[in-house]
Amino acid sequence: MVPVSPDKPLLDELRSIIGDRARAGDFELGLYGKDGSVLEGRPSIVCLPVSTEEVQQIVGACRRHERPFIARGSGTGLAGGAVPVGDPVVIATAKMNKIIEVDLDNRVAWVEPGVLNLDLTTQLKPLGFHFAPDPSSQQVCSIGGNVATNSGGPHCLAYGVTSSHVAAIEVVLPDGTVTLLGDLTPEPAGYDLRGLFIGSEGTMGIATKIAVRLTQNPPEVRTLLLDFSDVRDGAAAVSAIIAEGLIPAALEMMDHRAIEVVEAFVNAGYPTEADAVLLVELDGLAGGVASGVEIVRRVADAHRVGNVRVAADDAERALLWKGRKNAFGAVARIKPDYYLHDTVVPRGKLVEVLEKVYRIADEYDLIAINVFHAGDGNLHPILAYDAREPGVLERVHAAGKAIITASIEAGGVLSGEHGIGLEKRDYMGMLFSEHDMTTQDLVREAFDPDGFANPLKVLPSGSRCSDSFGQHVPEGAWV
Amino acid sequence: MNTQHSVEEPILKYAADIGSLGPVTIVGSRTQWDVGGLPSPGSREIRAPAGVWSHQPEEMTVRCGAGTSIRELNEECSRFGQMVPFDLNPEATVGGALAVGRSGFRRLRYGHIRDLVLQIRHVDHSGLLVTSGGPTVKNVSGYDLCRLLVGSLGKLGCIAEVTLRCLPIPETTLWLTGTGDPFEIYNELYRPPSILWDGDQVWVGLEGVKSDVESQAALLKLDQTDSPPPFPEGGRRSLEPKALRGLVERSEGWLAEIGVGVVHYTTPQVPEPLSDPNKRLMSELECRLDPRGRLNPGRQLVAT
Repeated sequence: MVPVSPDKPLLDELRSIIGDRARAGDFELGLYGKDGSVLEGRPSIVCLPVSTEEVQQIVGACRRHERPFIARGSGTGLAGGAVPVGDPVVIATAKMNKIIEVDLDNRVAWVEPGVLNLDLTTQLKPLGFHFAPDPSSQQVCSIGGNVATNSGGPHCLAYGVTSSHVAAIEVVLPDGTVTLLGDLTPEPAGYDLRGLFIGSEGTMGIATKIAVRLTQNPPEVRTLLLDFSDVRDGAAAVSAIIAEGLIPAALEMMDHRAIEVVEAFVNAGYPTEADAVLLVELDGLAGGVASGVEIVRRVADAHRVGNVRVAADDAERALLWKGRKNAFGAVARIKPDYYLHDTVVPRGKLVEVLEKVYRIADEYDLIAINVFHAGDGNLHPILAYDAREPGVLERVHAAGKAIITASIEAGGVLSGEHGIGLEKRDYMGMLFSEHDMTTQDLVREAFDPDGFANPLKVLPSGSRCSDSFGQHVPEGAWV
Repeated sequence: MNTQHSVEEPILKYAADIGSLGPVTIVGSRTQWDVGGLPSPGSREIRAPAGVWSHQPEEMTVRCGAGTSIRELNEECSRFGQMVPFDLNPEATVGGALAVGRSGFRRLRYGHIRDLVLQIRHVDHSGLLVTSGGPTVKNVSGYDLCRLLVGSLGKLGCIAEVTLRCLPIPETTLWLTGTGDPFEIYNELYRPPSILWDGDQVWVGLEGVKSDVESQAALLKLDQTDSPPPFPEGGRRSLEPKALRGLVERSEGWLAEIGVGVVHYTTPQVPEPLSDPNKRLMSELECRLDPRGRLNPGRQLVAT
């Protein structure tokens, strides 16, 4: 006798809505069980809608069958926000990938959530504009995912994170209602539901259309690579540049190990003998850029810089950035697996926390590599490891917790741009009081009183509404 | 208690003043007092604490009590060549400005004032302190209650203390005026701070290093002037930027922020209606965060 899956009635209903774009094969269920983190879960069914109406109908079917759902973009998130727990239906937005309208008069573009970040900028560039948030994953990450995690990227130092660049979001609410949060006007009436939704990691509904603001392309861009024989000088130069009243478009740092692996990978001419490099980008009008370059040179000199390399043209500039943006992939040259962290500390504490990161890695017998957004104090320690070593993941998690603790002790926060998801959910209490978190939960409940949208994320378990699906946490999910 | 910085004594007193009983109205400098309707009579008037508690120039962040005036805040920041571009009446309080949530005339360059907020401590309906956001310049830890509180007219919580992002004061500022097509001017310039238009005359604010300000000014056939014109204070509308093209001269005066969409009128304007689903979400928020309706009663964001 063939056993009947408990999901069959729901699957049948979903297939009546979207046909064979509702899937429950082993391949899909395995594929959609992971995101860019080391965490893993398993969905019950995967849906690939193509329209707002389909998303709405899928949510309706889930509600009728009392099944939670989880929205998913490209699955590049690093905090487990898109890892299915609580046996949900995955609603993947990959097929909702149209740029609907570029409205130059309002300087916005309406896009579907599955549009890839870089695809939008590539389309806008000839028109003189771009979409400012540029996470390292921008070639593959979706704008819906950017909204869910309030993504950043190197250039958010000067331009701000996703929330500053989204005017309006069409959302399918957890009860199936469709609404528009925010609009194209500067001061929409009522509370800022748009701002609240951005960064809520899919726990308040599913974005189905997004109006993103367009940023003018800068007329001038200069990219500099500075090398330091002591990482402490490089970190001190970061604070000193900002203290001069200069906000570069980007201010990135790579430590010695990062330089070595990146150079071996992309051959960008990074100085492998340096202890650290700073990648500094200045953009804007010619005068401001020229004066910025002078300030950077002067400050760097005062901090014992070695060479100052100024990219001569766009090709060299692209090469320098290629090194930075491919740093994470390059780590595979050292170890097959890595765990990428994301915390923020005051700029003035960068050196202190970096030294702690190295000590922590030593203590747990791991290799730490640092490539990060130094300008806003956003650390990204990479712990490289080989998952085949028995017990290594426990050490990786313990080291990760120690890094988070060190960052918060230095006056920092849990996450700068990756979000909380599952990864840091249980660390929220390190930053917030019980009452702070209860208040956050009340706000979430206003959108999703029954906890159907991406359950068990962001807030620690024990919160009222996330408990309802807790019994479905799959065996082996690291939460 | 969390591990973030300790709570200042005046904040604790403010929380105790608000307490857990009876209607309360938070009073700033009354510079935008009638926005959202006047407070209900009979509610206790309370002022938020004032004072800049820490300014870290190298972090470009400043932390102050919500009752601090914008003048005091910017006096402190300017000692280090920094500013917080609120661009409102300098006597307005920081907390009042954020609670009302209307941005200033350089929004075109600096964005909405809610994007300057890093952390907010507020007192909730039960007199308890709630912290949201974080003290660093970048943070995505937890739900973004800071953005929700900006523009909430104190209906969801009473802002007690804020940490704000500072920006460098530009080397040169120049105002120009004359006649011209403001939309063409907008397309001509690179990220200008302000373009204002009254249907006839246009004003352009430029900022940056001297040579850039001069080169941008040279693109325009306008004359130098000292400052932007006075803003009509009768009413305000929020339109799509391209809808400003449709503004026509009327008997009432107006001044439009090109590229932004805010229009300042001499006469009162009717607020835009909310959609039903948004009205419901907003009512749900009010019910949960102020179940007894004791915070700033009379003020209204969600029309009944």
